[in-house]
Formats: sequence, C-alpha cells, structure tokens
Amino acid sequence: MSLTRAYGITGFGGYIPRLRMERSAIAAAHKWMAPSLRSAAKGHRAFCNWDEDALTMGVEAARDALHGRPAVDIGKLIFSSTTMPFADMLNASVIAGALELPKSLQALDIGQTQRAGSSALLAALQDGSRPTLVVASDRPRGKPASTQEIGFGAAAAAFTLGSESIVAELLGSASVTDSFVDHFRSSDNKYDYFWEERWIRDEGYLKIVPHAATLALSDAGVDAAAIHHFIMPTPFKGVATALAKKLGLAAGCEADALDEHCGYSGSAHGLLMLAHVLEKARAGELILLIGFGQGCDALVLRVGEAIASFKPARGVSGALADAQPLDSYLRMLANEDGVELEWGMRAEKNTKTALTEQYRSRDQVAAFVAGKCRHCGTIQFPQLAYCVNPACQKIATDFEQVPLRDVPCKVLTYTADWLSYHAAPPLYVGFVQFENGARLLMETVDINTQQLEVGTPLRVVFRIKEIDRSRGYRRYFWKTTPLIA
Amino acid sequence: MATGIRDKVAIIGMGCSRFGERWDVGTPELLSEAFEEALADAGIERKQINAAWYGSGMDGINVGNSSIPAAMALRLEGIPVSRVENMCATATEALRGATYAVASGAVDIALAIGAEKLKDTGYGGLPTPFKGTLNDMWMPLGSAPAGFAQLAAGYRAKHGISKDDLKRAIAHVSWKSHQNGTISPKAHLQKAITMEQILNAPMIAEPLGLFDCCGVSDGSAAAIVTTPEIARALGKKDMVTIKALQLATSSGVESGTDSWDGSHVRTTRIAAKKAYEEAGITNPREQLSLMEVHDCFSITELVTMEDLFVSAEGRATHDVMNGFFDREGGGVPCQVDGGLKCFGHPIGASGLRMAYEVYTQLLGRAGKRQLNSPSIGLTHNLGGVPYLGVAAISILGLHS
Repeated sequence: MSLTRAYGITGFGGYIPRLRMERSAIAAAHKWMAPSLRSAAKGHRAFCNWDEDALTMGVEAARDALHGRPAVDIGKLIFSSTTMPFADMLNASVIAGALELPKSLQALDIGQTQRAGSSALLAALQDGSRPTLVVASDRPRGKPASTQEIGFGAAAAAFTLGSESIVAELLGSASVTDSFVDHFRSSDNKYDYFWEERWIRDEGYLKIVPHAATLALSDAGVDAAAIHHFIMPTPFKGVATALAKKLGLAAGCEADALDEHCGYSGSAHGLLMLAHVLEKARAGELILLIGFGQGCDALVLRVGEAIASFKPARGVSGALADAQPLDSYLRMLANEDGVELEWGMRAEKNTKTALTEQYRSRDQVAAFVAGKCRHCGTIQFPQLAYCVNPACQKIATDFEQVPLRDVPCKVLTYTADWLSYHAAPPLYVGFVQFENGARLLMETVDINTQQLEVGTPLRVVFRIKEIDRSRGYRRYFWKTTPLIA
Repeated sequence: MATGIRDKVAIIGMGCSRFGERWDVGTPELLSEAFEEALADAGIERKQINAAWYGSGMDGINVGNSSIPAAMALRLEGIPVSRVENMCATATEALRGATYAVASGAVDIALAIGAEKLKDTGYGGLPTPFKGTLNDMWMPLGSAPAGFAQLAAGYRAKHGISKDDLKRAIAHVSWKSHQNGTISPKAHLQKAITMEQILNAPMIAEPLGLFDCCGVSDGSAAAIVTTPEIARALGKKDMVTIKALQLATSSGVESGTDSWDGSHVRTTRIAAKKAYEEAGITNPREQLSLMEVHDCFSITELVTMEDLFVSAEGRATHDVMNGFFDREGGGVPCQVDGGLKCFGHPIGASGLRMAYEVYTQLLGRAGKRQLNSPSIGLTHNLGGVPYLGVAAISILGLHS
C-alpha cells in the first residue's frame, strides 16, 4: 500500500503501575478451593493503586511517549480501553485536558473488545490526515480465584503518529471480523465469562490469526520468514509459539509477553508489547502485530531510520523496573472492588464535585498549570484573583501560564496521616517545593518502604483525586511520588 | 488614630462547663452551665446583657447555624446576637466581638459564649471540614494532626534536631500538661501518663502519636464584659481587664510562595508582636505570669513557645526539657489547667476556656493550681493549620 504522504508512528511510550502482587500470594489465598492455581503462581502481576484507572495510566503512557515534545500540533486523540471509567462521558477528554492538547482536537473513545488497541492504531495509521495520539489502556478485572485474576495485569501504551521522523510505518494490514466468542462481558457485568481454553486456541487463534496474518503479509509484500518481531498478545500460554510455528516465522521472533512482572493487560497489551519492542528495534526490522477479538487485526510495520533518535522518557522497560513487590492479596482485591471492607465512619465524607467549579478551573486544575505574575514573577498555584506575593498582590488577570507537571520538585514538609480516611493508608501529605519557586500541599503516593525526608526528590503523576461512589463520578488531579520505588 | 484595647474592657464574670464526654447534655444545657456560672460571677441578671457573641465551629453537631438557635437556647430576647466562626479560634473571635462592642461605647454589657458537642460526630478527631469548591479540585484531604505534624519536619530540618530528640521534647509537653490535669477539676482527662506511654503510643500522623494529640470533647465557656467604670459601679474591686486582643490571618504566603520554611507559625508571630505592643509587654519571657496556648498537638505548643518569643529561636526543645514551662518549673507555666490536652477541644469553647483559666488565676481562685501572684496572662488560639490559618491572641491582666 502507499500513501500520498509519509505517515507513521513518530513516538511511543508505556506505563505499568508500580504495585506488583506476588502471584504466589494470590495462589496461596485461593489454595483451599483452587489448588491448581499454583501452576500459574510465578512472578508478579501489576495492579492499579486505588487512585489509578485506565485514564490515569493512559495519561502517564502518553507523557512517556511525548517526552517533552510539544503537544500543540496533535489534531486527533484516540483512546482505547475495555475498562473505561465512564460509559457516557468522553473519557478521551480527560486525557486531552491533562496533556493540554489543543481544544480543536478530534477525540474518540474505542473499546468493547480485546482488539480495541490494535484496531485504534490501525485506524489511525490508515487515516494519516493529521498528527494523532493513540492511547491504549486497560485494567482487566479477573474474578477472584480465576486464572484471569492471577494472569492479568494492568498497563497503558501510547503512540504519536505523524509525518516527521517516522520510527515505524504501516506496510500492510488485514482484518477479519467473525463472531468467535472466546469470552464475553456484558455492559453491566463485572467479570468475563470464558469458554474452554483448548477450543479458543484450536478453533480461534490457530485458525483466525493465520488467515488474517497471511493476508496482511501479502498486503505488505513481505515473507513470514522476514518478520523480526511477532507480537501476539494473549492471556493463554503457548498460543504465540504455536502460531509462530504455523505461520513459518523465524525462530526467536516472539516478542516478550511481559508476563513475568506485568501480566496480560487486556486491550492495551499488544500495544504495550509494541512499545517495548520498539525500544530496542533497529531500522529496517519488520513487526507483525496481531489483535484478537471476534476476528483479528494484523498489522505489518517496518521500523524507520528515525528509531535511533527517539527515546521515551523511560519506556516500558523503565516502567517494568519501577516495581514495588507486595504480598497482601486482600489489598489487590480491595482495589479491584472484589471485597467490601469496613473503612469506618470517617469514610462517610461528601465527595460531590461542583461541576461548575470543575469546568471553570479546568485549565489550571486538569493540566496542573500555575500562574506567573507579570509584575513580580512569582509562580503560584492555585491561581486566585490576586498575586499571592505580599509585596505585589496585583490582579491576576494576565498571569503567564506555567505547567508544573514536568518541573523538578522535592519534599519541603511531610507527614504520614493515619487518621484521615484513605484507601491506601497512610495518607502521605506535605508541601512540595518546585524548582521554579512554586509550592503547594500535595499527596505523595506509591510509598512502600521508601522513607520520605525533607528534600526527597519527587516527580508529578496523574491520579484519581476523589471517587464519588454514591453518584458514580470521579475527579482527577496530580500527586507526587518519590523518584525511586 | 487608634489606641488599642488595653484596659478599655473588663471581664466581670466567667463560666466554664465540665469538659468531657457529656452524653448527658445537649448544646442548650451545655451553654447554660457556662452561662449560669458567668452570670453568678458577674452578679448580674440576663436582662442586663445588651448584646451577645456566640461561637460555634460546626453547624451539623450543635444547635445549627446563625445566632437564632443560640438565642433560643439562652432565651436572649430581642438583643443583638451574632454567631461567629473562625475554625479553632472561634471562641476568641466571640470574645473579640463582645469586647469591641463594649469598647466602642455601643453597649454597656456584652456576653461572649461558645460551645461544641464534638462527641456527637460518633468518632475521634475532628471531622474533615469543607474546603471550598475550588480547593476540592486539588487540595489533599488531610486530618488536623497531619496539618500540624508537618511542623515537626520543618522544625527539625531548620534547627538540625534529631527525630528522637524532638519526639522526646514533644512527649514532655504532653506529660507536663497531664500532670497539671490531675488537679484540674473541670478537665476531661485528669489522669497522669508516663513518658513511656506517650513515646510508645500508636501513630496518628507521624511523628504525632495518640498522646501528642488533644482529644475531642464537649464543653462550653463564657465571659461577660463591660467597661471598668461599670464594673466598679457593680462593686467589682479586683478586676481583670483585657490588655490586648489581636488576630492575624494568612493571605497565602506560607502555602503559595517559597518564603516560609515550614518550621513555625507565621500568623502567631504577627499576632504576638501586635499583642505585646498593645499590652505594653517588652519581654514576654520575663513579664508573662502564665500562658494558655493552642496545644491541639504537642508539636504546636513547642513551636508556639518560639512563635510567642518566649523561647529563643531554636531553643524551645531545651526550654521544654528543662521544665521552663512546667507548673513549678520557675519559668512561664504553660497549660496550668492541663490545656487542650486535658480539656479536649470543643472548638467554639476553647479560646474562652483558656481565658477562664487566666482569669481564675489572676483573681487567686485557682485552688490547688494557683500560681504565686500572677499579674498578666496570655491566651493563644489557632484556627486552621500552620500554613493556612488564623492566630488569635488575648492578654489579660489585673487592672491597676
């Protein structure tokens, strides 16, 4: 295939939550009724902290991919997930707000299938009409004691697409759509229902994937044997190897399934594996990327020369290494809404969001933007009606806007609050001092065995600020975390 | 040109309820306890009160908002009654309203009264206040202990004090207050506790343990104020007058600019300077007979010693460990009645309870707690948190 103008992937990134549950702890918890889980009990699986979801992970993956590059030119955002926080409220708009994407953006939410990620990427590559950001994110939920629970993970991947400095381009593709129901989850259900793995592998993967892959290879004009990286995201062991053999792919081209320290991250997994592959890929290499779900997408990509000069902020490998191994299974279960715990009277707080205020303050709150006073230069958050500097106090209407989310910062004061209701106690709260002079009170998250002290360096991350369970809303803001896990 | 409040207003009567888990009374009865004692002490009747200021922090667990429920509770008929709130400095705010009304010449006799039924929340510690619709978008939700515990990190870092040394010093603060509480009949907690108990208590907000935090309790306190002339006409000879009454709020300097180092409470220092000037005090460490400060948390009291310029910069831990603030330490006794630590902190009442102790001491009525000829005392009442708050200071003294 050819396009009138070059277009392809120009950048990539990923995110995996720090929290990693030891699979042996999961198996041990269910040993009394599901002793066979022991065979799946190796390594760790990633899981979301209470204040993470598909949107927060998506924002972090996008920041990793953008890595300081300006987002002003992005004309389209496609967000894919099967675990969107909202069924009717444009989830992509939250990402757009957090990244300060232009308000003239076209934005889509795509989901409802395990191949949503590959479908999103394929559609964007085929469009080619403007710079695009594709974000795939998922925190698939496995029923307690299921093989899904122990095998699943949580992650997000992001890709910028455009016409300059292309790191990977689409050579060819094919899709098959066939109502092979390997599993399903209805709109109001919490968990998936899977049919037998043997049937899914033999009648599903091993018949449908080769069909689409062969068409895609032909469309791209390449031989199976020429493929360097085979990306076959699947929760089932052995499927990728069987397919590689069936397709006649070269030995050793199976991409790392990221099972040992992450787990299968649903509709994001194929794109997570792609972002990981691209970190080490060399110009000219060929990638076969599959997305499987009631049919199949098959994409053949070729790595471009520009691969040598692109680096994500820390990449999937950086996210993999930034791990906090934990063994408290109940904590993971609570985060996944799998158990009701007694949080006490203090948890009965009013979490209603004034949507009017949220909208009015969105430019400073959603993207964490401070104001710089043009008279005295004080950088301040929040931006109220007057400059905070007591020697200035001029009216704030023409503050220069200064985003804080990428500014180096450190602990000025801190404490571990055990009294406040918090879903991952204790609440670490204190003043964060930014290098540019701004400061504010912030929550610090993902603390395990690290000790906070005055001066500890921090970085800013996008998280859920508050979950309003009675109304089913959630609002987002920025928090800090120590640089080291 | 303003001349300040010094000696323009006299306190002719005060009352203070028994503080504690007052399951037996609602707010109206609690108010009545303090009110009856104040009226009897003043030697006046209800109908002689021309105006009232009612302090209450929380609408949901008292008689409700506005002044009307309080006027109903106390049967204040047809007079101006104002309900005031300034977080934990509410009671001093009530005293301020009554005092200024008298000083302005607008009224002859005014009442300041406050009450809180914190035990009606159903749990320990203060409920989380509403922070405002914009702050809800970004401000972390922390408890009151978390707001003040941060002072420990800032203070340690600034003065190079080890975690252990600071922990011992703040433990002594609580220990000393509990010792005082054993002879304080209106206090909620009247048992002594050991340093070991304090140091090993469960953590509330690092480094504050259970015994570094004042408890919640129910209580009320009241003051009746008038001019010294009217007081003399009513037969008062020994008289306590207000020497200073100062508040200072923060405009956001601590929490929004990089000029504050997290180690002290700016608003206390600003209010203290103004209060000492108003009262004519030039050397508080030498001149103050006693202090009742806002010991919501032990670290607050320790830092406040420097913020009130009684301890030199960085020397509060030394003064504390040397017993300078102990009742019989030979310095300036602090929390002689046991403080918030032993009374608990019913928000609407605390500032007036502090004034009650200073008043009682000045008039020689403090029984076992009586200090030797005190002449001037200070109350310090903090609303909010160190970096977003209001400091309220009153200085009371014997009228010369």
